[in-house]
Amino acid sequence: MLVGEVKSIKELYGLDLIAPGHRACAGCGALVAVRQILMASKKPLIVVNATSCLEVTSTPYPQTMWKVPWVHLLFENAATAASGIEAALKALSRKYGRQEHYIIAFGGDGGTFDIGIQALSGALERGHRFLYVCYDNEAYMNTGIQRSGATPLGAATTTSPVGSKIVGKVQNKKDLLEIVAAHRIPYAATASPSHWKDLTNKVRKAQSYDGPSFIHVIAPCNRGWYFDPSYTIKVARLAVETRYWPLYEVENGRYRITHSVPSPKPLEEFLKVQRRLSHMLLPENAEVLERLKAYVDERWERLQKLSACFT
Amino acid sequence: MSLLQPKTLKPMSTSEAVAYAVKQTNVDVIAAYPITPQTIIVERLSEYVNNGELDAEYVAVESEHSAMSACVAASLTGARVFTSTASQGLALMHEVLYIASSLRCPIVMAIANRALSAPINIHCDHSDVMGSRDAGWVHIFVENGQQAYDRIFQAFRLAEDEDILLPVGVNIDGFFLSHAVEGIATISDNEAAMFLPPRRTKYYVDSSMPMTFGAFALPDWYFEIKEQVASAIEKVPKKLAEVEKTYYQMTGRMYGHVGAYKTEDAEVGLVCAGSAAATAKFAISRLREKGIKAGLLSIRLFRPFPVESILPHVKGMKALVVMDRAMSPGAPSAPIGQDIKTMLYDAGINIPVANFVYGLGGRDISAAEFESIILKMVEDLRSGRPIERGVRYWGLRS
Ligand SMILES: Cc1ncc(C[n+]2csc(CCOP(=O)(O)OP(=O)(O)O)c2C)c(N)n1
Ligand code: SF4
Ligand SMILES: [Mg+2]
Repeated sequence: MLVGEVKSIKELYGLDLIAPGHRACAGCGALVAVRQILMASKKPLIVVNATSCLEVTSTPYPQTMWKVPWVHLLFENAATAASGIEAALKALSRKYGRQEHYIIAFGGDGGTFDIGIQALSGALERGHRFLYVCYDNEAYMNTGIQRSGATPLGAATTTSPVGSKIVGKVQNKKDLLEIVAAHRIPYAATASPSHWKDLTNKVRKAQSYDGPSFIHVIAPCNRGWYFDPSYTIKVARLAVETRYWPLYEVENGRYRITHSVPSPKPLEEFLKVQRRLSHMLLPENAEVLERLKAYVDERWERLQKLSACFT
Repeated sequence: MSLLQPKTLKPMSTSEAVAYAVKQTNVDVIAAYPITPQTIIVERLSEYVNNGELDAEYVAVESEHSAMSACVAASLTGARVFTSTASQGLALMHEVLYIASSLRCPIVMAIANRALSAPINIHCDHSDVMGSRDAGWVHIFVENGQQAYDRIFQAFRLAEDEDILLPVGVNIDGFFLSHAVEGIATISDNEAAMFLPPRRTKYYVDSSMPMTFGAFALPDWYFEIKEQVASAIEKVPKKLAEVEKTYYQMTGRMYGHVGAYKTEDAEVGLVCAGSAAATAKFAISRLREKGIKAGLLSIRLFRPFPVESILPHVKGMKALVVMDRAMSPGAPSAPIGQDIKTMLYDAGINIPVANFVYGLGGRDISAAEFESIILKMVEDLRSGRPIERGVRYWGLRS
């Protein structure tokens, strides 16, 4: 049920809702993803933002990047703020004829996986109509690259450094989309700004449902991942092509891989271009690398099986 | 018309009276999370919504942090918003309270005042509200169910005034008031609608005027934005007096910023807040029978602290006894004691002040205890004994 499917990038021209002059780093993956999402979004739109790189770099008072109404309250409550706006518009439109709006909440991985997961779960369970987008740069970038529940195994962050005894993060990444899907919301998907058509169509699909929806988008961060700022989209694409970042959706409980990767590139291709992960290619870290590969393979296999169930 | 006419009184607990008033304000959004002793308020409101008696969205959030977050967002969107909490709930809201005041959200919250853990305790004291007294909220204390009912209407009218635009807490002593039943004089739905028409506000979240709410402000702007909260709250005493006047014309009921009893010729003044005021009033009348010139000052508007309304009462007094139902460990005075002493110092009044912390965790205080505290003060004054400085703890087990 694709309502208003995006077929050509030309359809999105002129819909840019981000003004120039924001303070994000050159080549910030989050900003690229957000720009695509806003271009694709249905209107009228209200944006909610959790405290994060996106929030801090886009609204240096008295300036703002946002050409849409935008609300930021705190780090852990973007989903709740969206609930409050939705509830208010529902009541005000019923009582006084106020116009209804589409609502998109943006949170980073820290604001979504960790400190904001309770608020997110509550909002999904209550069934408010809004799209939550977690832009995932796999660490707390705004506070200086600390590890989060989204940081992958082995990655070096400022609170999971590569030490002489412990090498980077010891745990695997939390599987957030599965947690979200377990709320049985109508639509949940992963996405990547390297696959803009897949991403923008997922936004439209998500917004066609009268209920909560969720998109988990990879957002390469050259500051925290240590790669050349011109490589953002290349890194995002490598994540997809190595099966590190599977593109799939869970629509009304039905799993579907939306971009198949029949012959994946070796995971090493993704790791070697980023200094946060490249140490895993050293011989002494072979065991960590194997564990990460196993995690990636198992996840892909499971998704393939789940997808097969519904086709 | 209805002025001072005898009303038929409806028997209600204070919690039910609050819920009934909120229903009559035609509130748009309620977001709340249950906690003893606030639960009856939110249960009644849920019934009103589910029975179609109140056209509002009831957002049954998963925590008090989310309750206040949803309230702030709904308020920014232009809705009339109510919530209620107590104790740990207010503590969990703490960081959001500042967002509510700084983003100028006219939310009204009933706080069924309760002690803070640990040890966990569900009974009354003022530790919860005192812990958040610097968050930029207006705070009102009530002494009975009638005041609670009336203050809900006044709180919304004050909060939503475009000169104020600040959140208001209506503080109701847990159990002592929240669960006490009394006859309440109510206003009609028509009167309520006239006193409080639907909320109108200039700036709100809407695509017709895309604006940024909650921007990131650096040292070049942050200070100015914060100062605006202080200058807005300064306007509250005058504005609340106007609101009360209008309400008085409709109901014949008016409370003021401070409840003064027999202060005209009083030599010793007793200062307290909340339900203890009624007990203290009884103690004062008994002392008067004994010829002791004591008077009562019940703090009804607590933030902003109504210095101008209190000062005329204390001008002729020889000493004050300040009773605090909360402590401020390590501070030279307990919360209300701090405000009173600052007020006296600024006014150049150098009289002794005895500051007691009492009634924590719901420990009761009797009229006889108030009497003995005042009698001791009177004796000390007569004999010229120095009044003990600092904070004393009243009513501890020996
Ligand atoms: C309650 C609270 N704790 C901690 C912080 C500090 N803080 C602000 S942003 C942030 C990290 C944000 O990480 P993420 O959500 O991943 O977004 P990113 O900056 O990486 O885009 C932290 C820890 C805060 N603002 N509030
Ligand atoms: S640190 Fe990373 S996420 Fe933050 S603005 Fe820079 S590139 Fe973007
Ligand atoms: Mg992050």
